Amino acid sequence: MKKLLRFIKEYKKQALAAPAFKLLEASFELLVPIVVADIIDNGIAAGDTGYIAGRCLLLVALGVIGLASTVAAQYFAAKASAGFVRAIRDELFAHINRLSFAQTDRIGASTLITRMTSDANQVQTGVNLTLRLLLRSPFIVIGAAIMAFTVDASAALIFVAVIPLLALVIFAIMLLCIPMYKKVQQRLDGVVLSIRENLSGVRVLRAFCLEEQQKREFGNKNNELARHQRKTGRIAALLNPLTFVIINLGIVWLIYTGALRVSAGLLTQGAVIALYNYMSQILTELIKFANLIINITKSLASARRIEAVLETRPEQSSSETECTPQCPAAAVEFEHVTVRYGKSREERHEAALKDISFSVHKGEKVGIIGPTGSGKTTLISLIPRFYDCTEGTVRVNGEPVENYPQKQLTDMIALVPQKAVLFSGTVRENLQWGRNDADDAAMMRALELACADGFVKEKGGLDFVLTAGGRNLSGGQRQRLTIARAIVRGAEILILDDAYSALDNLTDTRVRSGINGLGATVFTVSQRTRSVRDCDKILVLDNGELVGQGDHESLLASCPVYREIHLSQEAES
Amino acid sequence: MKNRNKTAAWRPALRYIGAYKPLLALSLLLSALSVAATLYIPILIGDAIDMMLQHDTTGIITGKLIPAVLLACIGGAAGWLTGVMNNRICYNVVRNARAEAFEHLQEVPLAYIDSRERGDIISRITTDAEQMGDGLLLGFTQLFSGVLTVAGTLGLMLALEPVIAAAVAVLTPMSLLIARFIAKRTHSMFLRQSAARAEQTAFTEEILTNRKVVAAFSRQEESCRRFSELNREVEATSGRAAFFSSLVNPSTRFVNAIVYAAVAFIGAVAAKNGAITVGLLSCFLSYANQYAKPFNEISSVITELQNALACASRLFELTSAPVMSADGERELHGDSGVRLEHVSFSYVPQRPLIRDFSLNVPKGSRVAIVGPTGCGKTTVINLLMRFYDPQSGRILMGGTDIKDITRRSLRHNYGMVLQDTWLCTGTVRQNIALGRPDASDSEIEAAARFAHAHEFIVKLPQGYDTVVSDDDSISQGQKQLLCISRVALCLPPMLILDEATSSIDTRTEMKIQDAFARMMQGRTSFIVAHRLSTIRNADIILVMKDGNIVEQGTHEQLLKSRGFYYRLYNS
Repeated sequence: MKKLLRFIKEYKKQALAAPAFKLLEASFELLVPIVVADIIDNGIAAGDTGYIAGRCLLLVALGVIGLASTVAAQYFAAKASAGFVRAIRDELFAHINRLSFAQTDRIGASTLITRMTSDANQVQTGVNLTLRLLLRSPFIVIGAAIMAFTVDASAALIFVAVIPLLALVIFAIMLLCIPMYKKVQQRLDGVVLSIRENLSGVRVLRAFCLEEQQKREFGNKNNELARHQRKTGRIAALLNPLTFVIINLGIVWLIYTGALRVSAGLLTQGAVIALYNYMSQILTELIKFANLIINITKSLASARRIEAVLETRPEQSSSETECTPQCPAAAVEFEHVTVRYGKSREERHEAALKDISFSVHKGEKVGIIGPTGSGKTTLISLIPRFYDCTEGTVRVNGEPVENYPQKQLTDMIALVPQKAVLFSGTVRENLQWGRNDADDAAMMRALELACADGFVKEKGGLDFVLTAGGRNLSGGQRQRLTIARAIVRGAEILILDDAYSALDNLTDTRVRSGINGLGATVFTVSQRTRSVRDCDKILVLDNGELVGQGDHESLLASCPVYREIHLSQEAES
Repeated sequence: MKNRNKTAAWRPALRYIGAYKPLLALSLLLSALSVAATLYIPILIGDAIDMMLQHDTTGIITGKLIPAVLLACIGGAAGWLTGVMNNRICYNVVRNARAEAFEHLQEVPLAYIDSRERGDIISRITTDAEQMGDGLLLGFTQLFSGVLTVAGTLGLMLALEPVIAAAVAVLTPMSLLIARFIAKRTHSMFLRQSAARAEQTAFTEEILTNRKVVAAFSRQEESCRRFSELNREVEATSGRAAFFSSLVNPSTRFVNAIVYAAVAFIGAVAAKNGAITVGLLSCFLSYANQYAKPFNEISSVITELQNALACASRLFELTSAPVMSADGERELHGDSGVRLEHVSFSYVPQRPLIRDFSLNVPKGSRVAIVGPTGCGKTTVINLLMRFYDPQSGRILMGGTDIKDITRRSLRHNYGMVLQDTWLCTGTVRQNIALGRPDASDSEIEAAARFAHAHEFIVKLPQGYDTVVSDDDSISQGQKQLLCISRVALCLPPMLILDEATSSIDTRTEMKIQDAFARMMQGRTSFIVAHRLSTIRNADIILVMKDGNIVEQGTHEQLLKSRGFYYRLYNS
């Protein structure tokens, strides 16, 4: 939480004003029993209606002042908490963007999204409540005890006994319940997982006729959840009755002591009533306080999760100054590149790429082929510096990629990712991701090259609106749009990561010839020799090692892995 | 319309609770008891205060304080038992509703699931069920104890001193009015807050799940800027919503303060005139405090009940969804070939997909379904497995309409590997044995070897006991190998393979092709594939385009006819 506190700086005034006004209100509330005691001891005893009326108006006035201070407190608390969390969220988003992909891969996108949304919201609620209530409740409880002392010191000793007892009960119940709630939450997660899997696997489950088994398994998890909830509920349900009993016992004790002292003439009736009222005030406040603590505990957990993300130091840093490459002949060069995933050495992950060296000239068409998991995607991810290599050097235009500012490097490269990712918005907006200032004519040309002009025109042209992730298009259509987006970029290096997988052979061939006509340096990752056989150079990867490089014919002659891949496909067609 | 939905939701909601009638009755009885104790204690204390002036300490103890202690204990115990029972009813109702919904989900046609967002169904079974249970029960019991407290207090006050009672009765509803007034205003702010938050979440999700693409196109700054805009909006709306909603409490407290002052004034004047005692005045003051609380609660309970009903109707929309068409009665024994007669089918009536399609697949033959992306190849699988029923025409197996065959026996007859691989959270072993949970370890291993999955499984940290799930714990290709192992373990008489090898590297694929060839030997098989190699040896090739079967025949025949198939594969 400490680290997050710096974000409240901007809202320091509001954050101080809110509890201050709250305490003001609480002080007025503490005066009420004294006023009532006055009415009884002075007003009624003296039979003075005017005095009674005056005191009652004072009660109304206390109410008005209380209302005004609370409204002010609520206002400042809402303002401070919303602003505080806004600042956190901004920083969180910016910070996540600074992290390397290796880092965010490890954390996971869904976790990050939860931190940005529900955790941040929970922190906001927590801060809001804290500013309003955290000081108020103890203030009232202790204030009531102090006021009790001003009324009658010996009777007030009862408060000294009752308050710690109440606090003990409340915190014991909470301490028991918090871990139990966690268990309930885990069970609930299990139930949600069951439903999710049942839905995502519905075809397989029905194909294997597993409906009955699914019902049984779900029934068990569901029962287990209900059992834990009941168990937790039994303990949690103790809170209100127990405090009720303790307070009433305290009141009885108070009346008993009061009776003795009244009959001894040491105390007035009004004073006893005032003490009685203070005792009642304590009860309501402590219950509120317990609820507050539960809420704050949740918020603190959320705050810790957010902090954990903010504390993750970005691993990568890129150069600040523009870089002018000296040797433009070699577009991309790998020199003894080794990549190991996993942060610490102890994890000792097997290398994803082992000692890779090759060099690609400007305008060359490069094919990368190899079995699943052989390191193809890792290899091309090094060029735009999505990851840093563990050993060796990757050069673009003769300069190590670390020497470029990240933006300068990515501007030279257009990528078609393996997974066809599009964003909600029009086709035009999506294509402008490639280049901000691309005009319609350039975009239409790119669509033509990617064989996407047909369906785009059919759907209403560049203004056709894609839903999130482009889900209103088929897989093949999405893939072709991502290709068009890369073409629009007009970059000198074009990387296609298995970008033809959802296309039929006919379209595949047409798109490929379109791309080859662009004159860029092209990297084509594929599992099919047919997609790379025309390349100037083919890199054959197997289990992270570069087992062959050359053109189709020479690899057929010299590289057994390539030959095997090719023959396995040739045999088919 | 809205009202009808509400009444429609009431009945089944009450049905769940109805199962716990005796428990509910007991809970209400006990809650009445605890309310009575809460209300009677101030009277005893008031009496005790009055008796102080008579110096009758023993009388106070025996007559007032001991009963008060007993009442406090009884009230506390009754309160706890009420809580326990309410929890029991509530959690069990939620559990039952959830189980019923989940079980119903196994009975609805696939079209129901396919046409809805998964998240929506999940939230109906989890959140909506919970809010229904919580809301209904808490609403019900709090309403009960609230009304009881209000009525009891008013009754007692009326009996003790009608003037004060009248003043309280007139003033207190003000807090209710104020609370409602604020709630109404706040509602629109909460709506705006949710809209702003939803927009921000959608944006965050889009950007964070696709960070590499964002980076590849240097869009980080742009997205930060956009995020900041959305963030400001969220700040403004949520700040406003938080402020206005937090006004309810001080406002009602203010009304309470006025009520309290009024009671103090009327009571004090009455006490001065000797109409009531000071003890009674203190009793009234404590009522004035207590009385307002249930009033505030009642107003929030009403919102809660409305919410619960809204959730209930969402849940019942799920549990009352029509179930699958009737199951057949006949059992299917072994591979017997498939015949489709004049089958027509569409997912939506406006867009006819398969029209008047007939096909005879003799026992043991191999059918390949080919065509460009999105041409409806998987539709054929949906029909064969009876995930969907055709609108007209029949599908016959061994001369029997599949509508007359039990789904169980029909599906047991097919081994299916889909393009979308699916693993359940569990060990590798459990995943392979999905179709035959009683399979021995050696059988499982044999199936994994058959599908060439054994090699990578033994390299996993815990081998066959490694826990896998549908996320990215293992690669797509490996998932597919596990799915193939699954089918290899059961080895049913007929096969359906949908792009089974699309994510597997070609060397492994070759081995799998070999495994498939062995598997398909003598089995009627349907294969959906892009690749020529997979379909080349098929007995019948169905060429599909835009949902229609445009050509059918063998590889040679189709090449000779120089149609769509020819163009597709000689590009």
